[in-house]
Amino acid sequence: MKLKLPLLGLVLGAALFAAGMITIVDSPSAAPAPSPAPAILINGAGATFPYPMYSKWFDEYHKLHPDLQFNYQSIGSGGGIRQILAGTVDFGASDGPMTDDQLKQAKVKILHFPTVLGADVPTYNIPGINQELNFTPDVLAGIFLGKITNWNDKAIASANPGVKFPDLDIVVVHRSDGSGTTYIWVDYLSKISPEWKTKVGTNTSVNWPVGLGGKGNEGVSGLVKQQPGSLGYVELIYAIQNHMTYGKVRNSSGAFVKADLASVTAAAAGAAKSMPDDFRVSITNAPGKEAYPISSFTWLLVPSKIDDPTKKKAIVDFLHWMLKDGQGMVEALSYAKLPKEVVAKETKAISLVM
Amino acid sequence: MADTPITAARTRPSGRVGQFIHRLRGGDEVAHLITLMCAASIIAVTVMLVYQLYINSSLPRHKFGFEFFLGRTWDPVSGDFGALPFIYGTLVSSALALLLAVPLGVGAAVFLSELAPPRISTATTFVIELLAAVPSVIYGLLGIFVLIPILRKPVMPFLKHTLGFLPLFKGPIYGVSMLAAGVVLAIMIVPFIISVSREVLLAVPVEQREAALGLGATKWESTWQIVVPFARVGIFASIFLALARALGETMAVTMVIGNDPKISASLFAPGYSIAAVIANEFTEATGDLYLQALIELGLVLFLLTILINGLARLVIIATTQKGAARG
Repeated sequence: MKLKLPLLGLVLGAALFAAGMITIVDSPSAAPAPSPAPAILINGAGATFPYPMYSKWFDEYHKLHPDLQFNYQSIGSGGGIRQILAGTVDFGASDGPMTDDQLKQAKVKILHFPTVLGADVPTYNIPGINQELNFTPDVLAGIFLGKITNWNDKAIASANPGVKFPDLDIVVVHRSDGSGTTYIWVDYLSKISPEWKTKVGTNTSVNWPVGLGGKGNEGVSGLVKQQPGSLGYVELIYAIQNHMTYGKVRNSSGAFVKADLASVTAAAAGAAKSMPDDFRVSITNAPGKEAYPISSFTWLLVPSKIDDPTKKKAIVDFLHWMLKDGQGMVEALSYAKLPKEVVAKETKAISLVM
Repeated sequence: MADTPITAARTRPSGRVGQFIHRLRGGDEVAHLITLMCAASIIAVTVMLVYQLYINSSLPRHKFGFEFFLGRTWDPVSGDFGALPFIYGTLVSSALALLLAVPLGVGAAVFLSELAPPRISTATTFVIELLAAVPSVIYGLLGIFVLIPILRKPVMPFLKHTLGFLPLFKGPIYGVSMLAAGVVLAIMIVPFIISVSREVLLAVPVEQREAALGLGATKWESTWQIVVPFARVGIFASIFLALARALGETMAVTMVIGNDPKISASLFAPGYSIAAVIANEFTEATGDLYLQALIELGLVLFLLTILINGLARLVIIATTQKGAARG
């Protein structure tokens, strides 16, 4: 059998076109950089969530230090951890801290540096209800465990006085792809619900008791928009940028808090006191009246020993810059900045890079 | 067809060197070598692929053994991995796609090759081949924004009301479902079936048709009883090509299938496919067992494809007892 030539031509043409697009997208240095090749190239890979922030930082930093070029591939947190362990990159990045097991595999000690903060927000589609709803930890855990199945459940109504809920089945929507967003969400559920912790647990993707999976923030929000009665979770940034309605969540001091950049930073400040020296800490359900409970750091992973002195200096200088000037650019991109307690602690920790 | 070498040109000159030069000049040896290398490289790639999949999935293979195929749990937290829901989802969505696409595709191919005026046939074929080149993410988006709303509003409630007594059409209606995946896949593979089947039907010697018509057959009898059976091997080949694409399709499926690794008799329920779960979870898979379980799923998909291709060969062998045209 033979395929017709036009078909083959079309397929090939499409493939070539796609390949061309990928090359263009993948190499930001190729198109807009007429300047001579930089002397020092520092490679990093990892989390996709902070990618817009990192590429802005690396771009700004390159303008200040034209001899220095950071190259960051947003291949996912898992990939970032694998590559830093394998030593194929100069630094990694992850939305979840490395586990003790993973740290043991490392040839040199790996340090965690929090860079910015993110948060997850509950988003829903209930016909006739447009206001911001209040969610208690029990309600969120109950819904995601499949125990609360209808919007007219008493537990939902009691947190939302004055709102009339319809008799409508709840459709849970979660991420189908492994992601830091899921990690934060289930980490929170594990903290507030012992049942979730034993039955489901925390990871970048889990064995969901109920629900439909959507790929990416856009997949989840697309399903929520289309499906009456649905409840899902998306990144705060995504919700802000797309002007979505999302609910408040009751924090550990009993206040219903709406996620915004200030309340997420407040969560980090609340957790700062009890923060371990290696910064590997989950700040979900953090103490503090203003703290939004479903928040998290994202980290840069830097080896404690860098053999090349020019690379070492470049990375150390960048970390200092990131904590000072870099933090000033954070909120323009809808990320929450680090609280000053954490900045102070991190500035000290940079000296551990040798 | 390659078994008739041109021997006339081979007037053997004496001596090894002379022979070598002669062959070089003739180009046969060179062509032989180059094409051999092309063929061998394909085999090598396949072997390397299987080898890598096998080597990099040793942890779950040792931990779960054959249970991996039968396990229904996929729990990255506790490290318990079973492939059955994904195998089920892959097979059911592909079967559903074939069920919808084969009658449509073969019917269209018969029309285009036998009945349509040549100008319409050429124009339509061009459009169909264009469809084959559309990236799958486009089909996925089409599925989410066009197909699923249509399924959710008139189609699925209608099926539920009329055929709801069957377990296939029971349960809540979400839109994203095994049915949606089957329909999107059907749309994606129809162009392959039409394009290849049409070629095969056109390759049926015109004498066959003339003989049938000469014996008093109607146009339809000649087409359906002579031409289509004559071309059936090629038509089967087109179907299996389409099936291979359906089994391995990733992006469009994950966008509409609902991504829930559960086995449900209802086509309205969400499901999951092997290719979709690999694409979804690979980038953020931390931990060796988790990563290797995903790689083993890749191996399972490969085995599944081999199995189905083997089955396809058997079908073709069983049906080629009588004379048939190869495309």
